Amino acid sequence: MIINHPLLGPRDVAEFVYLGDAALIDRPDWQAPDAQAQFHAYGYLRDNPAGAHRELWYHEQGDRSWLVVTRDTVTHEISKVELARDVARARGRSK
Amino acid sequence: MNQINRLPGGLIDRTEEVKFQFNDKWMRGYPGDTLASALMANGQLLVGRSFKYHRPRGVFTAGSEEPNALVQLRRRAAQEPNTRATVVELFEGLYATSQNHRGSLEHDLLAVNDLFAPFLSAGFYYKTFMWPKAFWEKLYEPIIRSAAGLGRLSMQEDPDSYDKGFLHCDLLVIGAGPAGLAAALTAGRSGARVILADEDFRPGGRLNAETLELDGMAGHHWAAQAVAELSAMGNVRLMARTTVYGAYDHGVYGALERCTDHLAQSDGKPRQVLWRIYSKRAVLAAGATERPIAFGNNDRPGILLAGAMRTYANRYAVAPGKQVAVFTNNDDGWRTAADLYAKGVEITAIVDSRDGPALLDIPGARHYGGQAVMDTVGRKGIKSITLTDGKVIPCDGLAVSGGWNPNVHLTCHQRGRPEWREDLCAFVPGGDLPPGMVVAGAANGAMTLAAALSEGAVKASAQIQDLGITPKGGDMPQAEDEPRETSAFWHVKASKKRAWVDLQNDVTVKDVKLANTEGFRSVELLKRYTTMGMATDQGKTSNIAGLAILAEQAGKTIPEVGTTIFRPPYTPVPLGALAGRARGTDFRPYRLTPSHKWAEENGASFVTVGNWLRAEWYTRPGEKGWRDSVDREASQTRTTVGICDVTTLGKIDIQGKDAGAFLDMVYANTFSTLKVGRVRYGLMLREDGICYDDGTTARMGENHYVTTTTTANAVVVFRRMEFVRQCLCPDMDVHLISITDGWAQFAVAGPKSRDLLRKVIDAEHDISNEAFPFMSCGPVTVCGGTPARLFRISFSGEMAFELAVPARYGNAMMAVLNEAGKEFDATPYGTEALGVMRIEKGHCTGNELTGQTTAHNIGLGKMVSQKKACIGNVLSQRPEMIRDDAVRLVGFRPVDRSRKLIAGSHFITKGDAANMANDQGWMTSVAYSPNLGYSIGLGFIKQGQDRMGEIVRAVSPIHGTDMEVEIVSPHFVDPEGERLRG
Repeated sequence: MIINHPLLGPRDVAEFVYLGDAALIDRPDWQAPDAQAQFHAYGYLRDNPAGAHRELWYHEQGDRSWLVVTRDTVTHEISKVELARDVARARGRSK
Repeated sequence: MNQINRLPGGLIDRTEEVKFQFNDKWMRGYPGDTLASALMANGQLLVGRSFKYHRPRGVFTAGSEEPNALVQLRRRAAQEPNTRATVVELFEGLYATSQNHRGSLEHDLLAVNDLFAPFLSAGFYYKTFMWPKAFWEKLYEPIIRSAAGLGRLSMQEDPDSYDKGFLHCDLLVIGAGPAGLAAALTAGRSGARVILADEDFRPGGRLNAETLELDGMAGHHWAAQAVAELSAMGNVRLMARTTVYGAYDHGVYGALERCTDHLAQSDGKPRQVLWRIYSKRAVLAAGATERPIAFGNNDRPGILLAGAMRTYANRYAVAPGKQVAVFTNNDDGWRTAADLYAKGVEITAIVDSRDGPALLDIPGARHYGGQAVMDTVGRKGIKSITLTDGKVIPCDGLAVSGGWNPNVHLTCHQRGRPEWREDLCAFVPGGDLPPGMVVAGAANGAMTLAAALSEGAVKASAQIQDLGITPKGGDMPQAEDEPRETSAFWHVKASKKRAWVDLQNDVTVKDVKLANTEGFRSVELLKRYTTMGMATDQGKTSNIAGLAILAEQAGKTIPEVGTTIFRPPYTPVPLGALAGRARGTDFRPYRLTPSHKWAEENGASFVTVGNWLRAEWYTRPGEKGWRDSVDREASQTRTTVGICDVTTLGKIDIQGKDAGAFLDMVYANTFSTLKVGRVRYGLMLREDGICYDDGTTARMGENHYVTTTTTANAVVVFRRMEFVRQCLCPDMDVHLISITDGWAQFAVAGPKSRDLLRKVIDAEHDISNEAFPFMSCGPVTVCGGTPARLFRISFSGEMAFELAVPARYGNAMMAVLNEAGKEFDATPYGTEALGVMRIEKGHCTGNELTGQTTAHNIGLGKMVSQKKACIGNVLSQRPEMIRDDAVRLVGFRPVDRSRKLIAGSHFITKGDAANMANDQGWMTSVAYSPNLGYSIGLGFIKQGQDRMGEIVRAVSPIHGTDMEVEIVSPHFVDPEGERLRG
């Protein structure tokens, strides 16, 4: 596979480390009244779609960017690659 | 032996002879021969024995699809089993032996299997070896194992080297037959970056095997011209002897180049190179493979595919005999008759399953229309054929043509599913091809020469146009569309004898029928039940006939039955090539500590820790075993001073206004409150509340921390920190850099550590206990101005420091410390003594932090802050993780002090039976404590904190030990911590 890094261009998948669902960016609030239930869902529950999947990849053998890669789990087609930091900001994690 | 079967002409170099050995018999051939063609030239038709029945077999094809002619190549360590004689280039001194026989090739003792054939039908293992059950392990399995398999491994290390490489191109053309050459010429002339790969040593594909003309020129001649033109282009890389074996995601292709297989010696060059080819577009021009027809005793030596027979005659100038018969269901078989006749071979019969007039007039050849071959005679070489009408025709060679299958394999490596084409009686590429790939020529069902040339050019033009390159291909040569009518005729139904579908796996028509009768009706089940289509040839010649017979039995059409899925590799790839240079000590990278050289010079023995080689102990003269050295290092450190290279621990430099807040998020305890110049122990959790890592963090400045991780987790902790920084806290002002390799770090531990360091650290730095107490840190200089960092931290439990210097000074620093330490009787110590001392102090390492351990288990529950957001603190409070009766980390010592504790022992309350129901916990770490003089251990036991002084049993059924141990504090040495504060 080849991941089109937003800053560095196309890079071989061997340079990256996979983490998982990009939903890991949406970390719950530790002070929420149901924080334990929320963290349980955050830690253990994952969707397993046959199709588009937004997932986190880390450019470990490169510039150390975390990326959000939108990959079709059926065809491996990659339709979008974003810097995870931009996604995190857009998801309201700037505080 | 003379080359009795050699014909005139051919693409071989007759000016020099090549001598080779087959089964220790010297033979001769010519440059340009394959082992198969040379054997045939020498009249050696019997080449091997079949897999199951040990039937005599000969060469069947002229390419990589060969099911029969598998031989062992070369000798001793270089011996390679299961090589296909049809693709082995002849070289001077080549040594080959036949395989899969007991006794000689001519008189194989296991040929007795053939007599038992009625009992050896599909699935016979499953039916026969079921009972008695006890016989399996002792009797059946050893017998089956000794009889199974084809060639033998040398059981020695592979003496050859292999390499890997990466290539990039606009257009990858797979196959250098007419379609591939046309595609490569078109793209190459247009200026595209082209890679043209072909598995053969002579590019040209069928052009080298046929007598068809292009622009009035011999096909092989035109191919040679095209190759010369392509070779002269700087933008084209022509790769012969290179098999593109797999189509992977995003235009990545795997290819195996055989660099020195055709040479007697590698001369230090890699034998094979595994290429990863990054292509923007690809043209698959892999051609087609001929398939046989199944009839009685259709497996005898001398029976070849008709197209292969033509290849041997035209390209290699050999034929299996002087009188050849042809059996065909299509027009193509007639060309074999014509070409062989033109070379002076007598054609005794042309048997065409179709009822119709003769297509060609070949003198002396009798045409039998609407007939079929029922049976053959000749155990070690065909002698005659019997037709459906009973007529017997003598021959010493039989060419069989059942039509051609497009080589769709690579189109299936992702989501492609071939489609049936009725007019070709074959599957053609279908479904979703690998993105960027198009198929041209025979692989796409364009079966004639003119069609292949034009399709290759047209498809390549479209592909490069897609990339914005203007096609300037020029004209393709004129060629004709040769007759290609075919018919669906898979096996001779009237034949009562065994008729082989898959020669390599000895699968007969009867086996396929049996599978259907027994309910294995899905094509995937058929394959697994009968083994049809498995092994080195992957059913390239057999699959379609098998499917057709299954369809016929099931009353379905072939497209209804479908085909099995082709997966990489197209042809076998040696494990050596897949490993490349990653073998032996180069299996993975290894890292040396900065003081490695000094350690080597001073008696160190090394141990692998992650990727690092670390000194495990330093042997001094007179020390007989490792324990002598380790005991000495551990006690000497506690009485004088010890020096240990601890560079391998992960070191992360953290800077920025929010560095403290960032660490508060990452660690379970708090760091923002740490004062500048101070160090604190930190515990890191996973999000699920389980302990992840631990280490010390030093605050070097207001906005500057240096964190250490365990050696094993240096990489993953850094990765986790970057995740927190970028994904969870994207606007924190904090930056990270790994400085593990930047700083060499040494632990200097023991009562004399300060005295030693005073000799090394420049005098202006006060390191007295008052100025630099326990858990202090700060910049210093050593040896007259060399920058360094000093940390007063202790893993050993002694008064101790860690001194860091830029890595390039590491080896010198180690030497200086040891030299300066001589007057204090200092010792270097390794990881074993480090381990002993940490057990004496009750510190956790990977033995305790196993990924199942909570902070509560190790008695650090209170460290997990509930006053801030941090990884893991929420889920760490789940009821199961903070149970009162959870296991706790405590120390153990044997009641009988002479006993040796066993790590992994389980604890049983005295009086209870030793079983899992009564399990109280387990021993994690043990060591002999030279300071206490007996064996000590750490371990987890239920409510251990409340059980000090209790005697329990430590049981290890694996070691057969059962001893009484006393629960004690895990702090065996200096429990009050007075020494480290001293």
